[in-house]
Amino acid sequence: MHYKQRELWEDRLFSLMVNTFLTVSLLLVLYPLLYIISCSFSNPQAVIAKKVWLFPVQFDLISYKAVFTNKQIVSGYLNSLYYMVVGTVVSVLLTVLLAYPLSRKEFYGRSLVTKLILFTMLFSGGTIPLYLVVRNLGLYDSRWSIILPNAITVWNVIITRTFFQENISDELYEAATIDGCSDIRFLISFVFPLSGAIIAVLGLFYAVGQWNKYFDALLYLQNQALYPLQIVLRNILIINRNTPSMTVDVEAAIRAQGLSETIRYAVIVVASVPLLLIYPFVQKFFVKGVMIGSVKG
Amino acid sequence: MNSVATHPKKQSVWSKMGRHWQFYLIVALPMLYFILFKYVPMYGILLGFKRYRVSRGIWGSPWVGIYQFTKFFKNPSSLRIMYNTFLLSMYALVSSIPLAVILAIALNETRSRLWRKSVQMITYAPYFISTVVMVAILMQFLDPALGLFNTVRGFLGKDSLNYMGEAKLFKHIYVWSALWQNTGYNAIIYLAALTGINPELYEAAKVDGVNKFQKIWYVDLPSIQNTIIIMFIMNMGFVMSLGFEKAFLMQNPLNLESAEIMSTYVYKMGLINSDFSYSTAIDMINSVINIILILTFNKVAKLRSKDGGLW
Repeated sequence: MHYKQRELWEDRLFSLMVNTFLTVSLLLVLYPLLYIISCSFSNPQAVIAKKVWLFPVQFDLISYKAVFTNKQIVSGYLNSLYYMVVGTVVSVLLTVLLAYPLSRKEFYGRSLVTKLILFTMLFSGGTIPLYLVVRNLGLYDSRWSIILPNAITVWNVIITRTFFQENISDELYEAATIDGCSDIRFLISFVFPLSGAIIAVLGLFYAVGQWNKYFDALLYLQNQALYPLQIVLRNILIINRNTPSMTVDVEAAIRAQGLSETIRYAVIVVASVPLLLIYPFVQKFFVKGVMIGSVKG
Repeated sequence: MNSVATHPKKQSVWSKMGRHWQFYLIVALPMLYFILFKYVPMYGILLGFKRYRVSRGIWGSPWVGIYQFTKFFKNPSSLRIMYNTFLLSMYALVSSIPLAVILAIALNETRSRLWRKSVQMITYAPYFISTVVMVAILMQFLDPALGLFNTVRGFLGKDSLNYMGEAKLFKHIYVWSALWQNTGYNAIIYLAALTGINPELYEAAKVDGVNKFQKIWYVDLPSIQNTIIIMFIMNMGFVMSLGFEKAFLMQNPLNLESAEIMSTYVYKMGLINSDFSYSTAIDMINSVINIILILTFNKVAKLRSKDGGLW
């Protein structure tokens, strides 16, 4: 009886700890997100007066109007969509083309090829040598400089190869080749149709990466018309954090400062919306991708 | 043809390759990518041993031996930059793994499916925020005049603090914001490992009368130990290649002494000062330290348990 009671008490303490921890984690993540969204929908003066704590105060769309009429943001948005779509297609295609032969033991030289690509994970020429290559290939200051130089992630090739090894059976391959199916035909008529799940995973990894990165654009782009959203954001949100200048008209200065403050919140929301919108729908694929990657080999 | 079929082991290399020549066609494009963007730049490493002149190209520029390397080590700030890089990575690494494991265990222990799914989905969302936006959020929240943190400080009767300008706070801001952003994502892999534990182990533990705390200590943690070690080594491999993006955005003249890391220094020397040779040499030093670290830790993991290492 005593034993049972102690057990009950311990279990209760345990689940209390677990739930407290989860609740605190949830609030810690959720509150800043809510705060940002609320500020972006609030009246600039209310934000400056620090009246916003949880929900929007004096609901106002003025910041969003300013964001959507900003030519740089709109052009950056369109560029980023372009880089995301074209870059993802190129990356997924190249990754599958490499991973499929690597998954077949009939591919003579696959261990050599595997070693060659794994080596690039460990060692690389570095920033400047790659920069010179990009220049010499004539890619500098073109859209291709964002899409090509980092098109393939070795880790994704390994995930994809593992997926093919586990999901496309030797029996299927043998049956098809006996019927005279060539390796290219097999790739087109069997591998692609059977790899919906892995293509979704790859597409997500590459799309998220492409949407979020800015380093390549910083290195290779000069033409402002080609800037992706992240570079535009860097200019607006980080470089131009102008402290209120010594304007004579104090009231106008405060109003301008208030608007520039809420505009920043609105920009943060607008820039994050595309990924946050698709993510609940694709979450299970993402989890799946991480899990395939955890298989050693 | 017949002889090939009856003596499969005696096929020549050429016939093996010839029968599947289409494989080589398929990998041609990806391999071209690796040659152009990974292997050709390796030739550029020669830059580190030269004094680069644009007009003469890599090969034509004069050799200077290890001049660029000694230049780096003679530079009074070089040790500090390496130290910053190492410290920041290690701090991020040793705090991120335990927190992710704890979150995974807590998620695994909740009975309510809906509750678990909601917590998972919310904690996982910040992973999708870009680095630029993440740093912008930090700057908004830590702003000396309007930031939420300083507003709260004001309520507590404390003076406003310029968080981003404090050199000694840089590493904490860097790491804690990374924890906020990535713990939910990092927990996925451990949660997957936990759900893969053989239920018989739990049955056996129940028979032995262990409580929940003991169950975690004696069943859960040992079962996911290998996953933890693999994640640790993999991240070890990236210690010195610590991301350029976030540190570069967070830098300002006030915090630079602790915010300058190898990758940002490489960028500044190479593309802002246009000292290509020096920049390449520093990059190489970094790569070599990285390789040494990953090989060492893999060895240590292997000594611990036979299949503990990465390879």
